[in-house]
Amino acid sequence: MTAELVRGQNHPLSLHQVEIRVTAGTPVLALVSAGDDEGRLAGPEALAHPGARILPGLEAPGAAGARHRFPLDLDAVGAAVHRVRVVLALPGGGPARFGAVPAPHVAVAAADGAEVAAYTVTGLDSESAVVALELYRRQDAWKVRAVGQGYADGLGALLTDAGLPGPAATALAAAALAVDTPLATAASAAAPAAARGPAGEGPAGAPAATAIDYAHPRRRRTTEPPEPAPTPEAPGQAGAPPRPVAGDAGGWSMEERLYNQVWGMFEDLARTVAAYRSAVDFADSRLDRELDDALSDPSARLTANAARDAARARRDELVARAQAVLDRDLAQLRAESEVVEPALPAAYARWDNPVWHGAGAPRESPLALRLGDLSLPEAPGLRVPMLMRLPLERGLWIDNGRTGSEAAMAMDTDRLRRLAMDMAVAHAVRLLAVHPGGRFCVHVIDPAGAGAAALAPLVRSGVLAAPPALGAAGVTDTLERLTRRVDLVQMAVRAGAPAELPPDVDPADQLLIVHDFPHGFDERAVTRLRYLADEGPAVGVHLLMVADRDEASAYGPLLDPLWRALMRLSPVPDHHLADPWVHHAWTFEPDLPPQHSAVLERALEQVMTRH
Amino acid sequence: MTVNMTKGQAISLEKRGGGTLTAVRMGLGWQAAKRRGLFGSRTREIDLDASAVLFADKQPVDVVFFRHLQSDDGSVRHTGDNLIGGAGQGGDDEAILVDLQRVPVHIDQIVFTVNSFTGQTFQEVQNAFCRIVDETNGQELARYTLDGGGAYTAQIMAKVSRAGAGWQMTALGNPANGRTFQDLMPAILPHL
Repeated sequence: MTAELVRGQNHPLSLHQVEIRVTAGTPVLALVSAGDDEGRLAGPEALAHPGARILPGLEAPGAAGARHRFPLDLDAVGAAVHRVRVVLALPGGGPARFGAVPAPHVAVAAADGAEVAAYTVTGLDSESAVVALELYRRQDAWKVRAVGQGYADGLGALLTDAGLPGPAATALAAAALAVDTPLATAASAAAPAAARGPAGEGPAGAPAATAIDYAHPRRRRTTEPPEPAPTPEAPGQAGAPPRPVAGDAGGWSMEERLYNQVWGMFEDLARTVAAYRSAVDFADSRLDRELDDALSDPSARLTANAARDAARARRDELVARAQAVLDRDLAQLRAESEVVEPALPAAYARWDNPVWHGAGAPRESPLALRLGDLSLPEAPGLRVPMLMRLPLERGLWIDNGRTGSEAAMAMDTDRLRRLAMDMAVAHAVRLLAVHPGGRFCVHVIDPAGAGAAALAPLVRSGVLAAPPALGAAGVTDTLERLTRRVDLVQMAVRAGAPAELPPDVDPADQLLIVHDFPHGFDERAVTRLRYLADEGPAVGVHLLMVADRDEASAYGPLLDPLWRALMRLSPVPDHHLADPWVHHAWTFEPDLPPQHSAVLERALEQVMTRH
Repeated sequence: MTVNMTKGQAISLEKRGGGTLTAVRMGLGWQAAKRRGLFGSRTREIDLDASAVLFADKQPVDVVFFRHLQSDDGSVRHTGDNLIGGAGQGGDDEAILVDLQRVPVHIDQIVFTVNSFTGQTFQEVQNAFCRIVDETNGQELARYTLDGGGAYTAQIMAKVSRAGAGWQMTALGNPANGRTFQDLMPAILPHL
């Protein structure tokens, strides 16, 4: 029976001699890369492409075509190879993006022809290269995973992401794509391909450029039927936990399902750790009690040692059982996290997620935003995305004060401030990138210009509505404009005519980054800021303060309500956030772009092309 | 097959065929008070509450009741407070679900209680019952009839306790008085 995989899902492979089948509505190139345990390629020779078809254990097709079948022997790929990826790329001369052609279908088949697992690569848009499948080694067994990660910048970007240096990746991509498209084979193969086109997108020959999207660009399509939910397969043997699948939760869209799944994982982790802590507390208190009893009973003095040992053994036995249960639950959550993280959309994804290399103008505003990662000491390495619904109900406050936490104490002030500002910029870029063009707008108040270095990417790319506001005059001016916007939108909403705004009022959601507060603020500006913090979120004006509370201590308790109204985040790991169920103190870690990564710049470029 | 349990009777929650129960539900149902003809909103409603207390070695560790609907570890869940009762046709108006596999290792007994929050005694309540259901297949394991009982406002219904690798249930059916589970603690302790 064929397992139809959804994006992020994996499936065990009991056979090691398999055939890879590709069916597409248009000629595509099928390439195979052989990577290490992180999927990185040792060099250009690790890619099988029409110019160099043969790698140990596999042979890639020699030309572009609408159908491919090629063998793969996983026993022969070499011990250093842990991840074999099937890559599809559009050759030049045909459609330039996968969004314009029917969704390609890839399958892994056994030697007898029966398909073991199959995956339809849906949801692609302006991508021209895509990692369709990944066959990977997991504890001496092989598995196949539906990846579906596309790259709008093409094969070169895909190869760069797989660890090849820029120039080598570009050269290799050019070499792989430099094949003539054999039109004859494509035409003859296109017909059967279209006939079994999985998504029913019509004949493959339909000119894609004329595809018209009738959806209103700004309307949320609530009447459309919900996307099909992935169905976790029935567990192979009774009692074994089902294999986790990305999107295994309720919701109308994949985005909503993933949001609910992440919150489900968050709750499960909180509760399973609560059970463990409760058991250990109980074991410890029982040990204390039993030790006290052993000591206080004079008649049992001779046997006190034995009683003490027995009490300790009882404690250890209970803790060991609690630990076993915890380990079982954590293993399940880790497996789930492993399939969920790669499937997350940009708004939820870590900055090192390849989804940031994918295409794409978002069509709708996102449901939620990732603010960072949460973890507990009992579960090292298991990091739950901290997702908050948009529009944010509360403003954000990135605390760059050193007295906030131990990690901040250990860091010098300049570095901490820079980190805090980098974090603010990363949040601003994320918000801009995940909103459709023209639907989000960022303002910056940086009275002393102290954040100029961190703000440079925003300023350089031209995404800001205006250059960062400097000095007291800049502060007053920016706050006045945003206050006016809040007032006007509130009035319009109250009058029942939210669309009737003066033409100079931008209907987009706004983010105001305030650096160095209260530098440059007078009493009036402070009042305005508090007003924005209170009234802004309801009408789409968000506040992001990067501030040290101690510096505003001159205002005394006057500002306490302001700080309380904001959600405090820290630029260094800190334990100040509690979950809503059992109130553990979670370690918050900010998610910053990897060092020397150009992901922010790339995202900003894409934002600019959308305007 | 439903067992109409008598006081003190213990049944093992092991399934025939070797498997043990993995999830049970304690359901509570009763018939709402008759509507007053005029000013119906001033009907003297009957509010019964189901609660579950989790014990480790005779010490209460966690409680699931209408103000704390899920145990911290997530294994015991209350489906929500019903303030007026239902049709009295045998459906559950309040339910507590126990995922026995997820109960923390140190919890060895879970005691189920029923209280009359609005103060009516069980003599005044119509068609009140409490039952234990195997949640995996909906089969009723045990049932108690509450109405027609004495002038009590609470009852300690049953306890589920560890027995070997599995669980067993003991019917307690002990009448008591109290508004919430806190009032019942002294009455519960002798049964542990």
